[in-house]
Amino acid sequence: MSSSTEWPLWEVFVRSRRGLSHTHAGSLHAPDAEMALRNARDLYTRRSEGVSIWVVPSAQITASSPDEKDSFFEPAGDKPYRHPTFYDIPEGVKHL
Amino acid sequence: MATAAEHQTARSEADQAAADAARTAAHTAAFDAAVAADERIEPRDWMPDAYRASLVRQIAQHAHSEIIGMQPEANWITRAPSLRRKAILMAKVQDEAGHGLYLYSAAETLGASRDELLDKLHSGRQKYSSIFNYPTLTWADVGAIGWLVDGAAITNQVPLCRCSYGPYARAMVRVCKEESFHQRQGYESLLALSRGTEAQHAMAQDAVDRWWWPSLMMFGPPDDESSHSEQSMTWKIKRHSNDELRQRFVDICVPQAESLGLTLPDPDLVWNEERGHHDFGAIDWTEFWAVLKGNGPCNEQRITQRRNAHEEGAWVREAAAAFAAKHGEAKA
Ligand SMILES: [Fe+2]
Ligand SMILES: [Fe+2]
Repeated sequence: MSSSTEWPLWEVFVRSRRGLSHTHAGSLHAPDAEMALRNARDLYTRRSEGVSIWVVPSAQITASSPDEKDSFFEPAGDKPYRHPTFYDIPEGVKHL
Repeated sequence: MATAAEHQTARSEADQAAADAARTAAHTAAFDAAVAADERIEPRDWMPDAYRASLVRQIAQHAHSEIIGMQPEANWITRAPSLRRKAILMAKVQDEAGHGLYLYSAAETLGASRDELLDKLHSGRQKYSSIFNYPTLTWADVGAIGWLVDGAAITNQVPLCRCSYGPYARAMVRVCKEESFHQRQGYESLLALSRGTEAQHAMAQDAVDRWWWPSLMMFGPPDDESSHSEQSMTWKIKRHSNDELRQRFVDICVPQAESLGLTLPDPDLVWNEERGHHDFGAIDWTEFWAVLKGNGPCNEQRITQRRNAHEEGAWVREAAAAFAAKHGEAKA
């Protein structure tokens, strides 16, 4: 008999080295946060790929919608002056 | 006679249908453009239903293969000839479990549920690679599997790292990194046997004799008989045809076999200067189809063992869920 009560899904984030941020590694099922951490260690760091792990219930993540991708990110699209390459600086000016 | 209100409804339904069709056309165009530009499709993007279904089928079958593939090798863990080989084999089999889990997660991003996928495996509605329906008769089979079966898997999987579906491609990157250890340990183990006593050498040769042809079958039916290939290539799920990958694998294996001091069991295997590839003998596809349909030496055994493992593990899953519920941590 298979029980249909699936364990919740968790997203796993791994910090590969001190000094780097946690990066999404994948997901897994676990009954609770503690087991999710242990499973994440066994699943995503079998070769010392991490020094720290975060697990987050997948259901708790709020994501932007790909359908609105254009309008959602559009405000940044017409502001090239936010980039240093926007500015013309005379030849020979240093440390700028 | 229709009332004015009914006319109104009919018109707005037609408008609605037209609007839906326009939206689907726009979505399809965006999807096709992304695939053409070699961009990745991500889980929440719109995608054609057939693309989603095809990916779920392929990823599920791949995941099932990883976990069923644990069985033939696990068969030798308790009888490994040294502690070193035993530790290596355990690590490899554990990796295969990990590969299954990466892939099940990738399938779940497409809306499949883990329980449903396992049910389909257990009831035979989804398949796993036929290679795992062959028995591991001697210790040398463990080496032959690492060299040939993992080798064929790598040849298949490297191009999948560039598959159009992001989560599948990322899972493959992780898998491929781990597979190279699998192949090398198998090769090293076979080499030790090949250079060992006469009996050990014979055992290595026997294992290669039995695993060679089934390994070539791992690439699937010939291109002109492969039902899903063409569409998968258009969608950039697949990047190379079955025959192309099979040829690549043969060309890679020939010199490796020479270095092993073992022969590949194919009298027709010969270098073809003109093609720049090895010619090789005809594959017995009747055997392939028979094994696929369930008539291989171990089909029954593999699926029974999988079902038993799942059922006998039920109390562990239930206990863990009960513990989590009691401590109020489980997020339903
Ligand atoms: Fe694997
Ligand atoms: Fe492997």
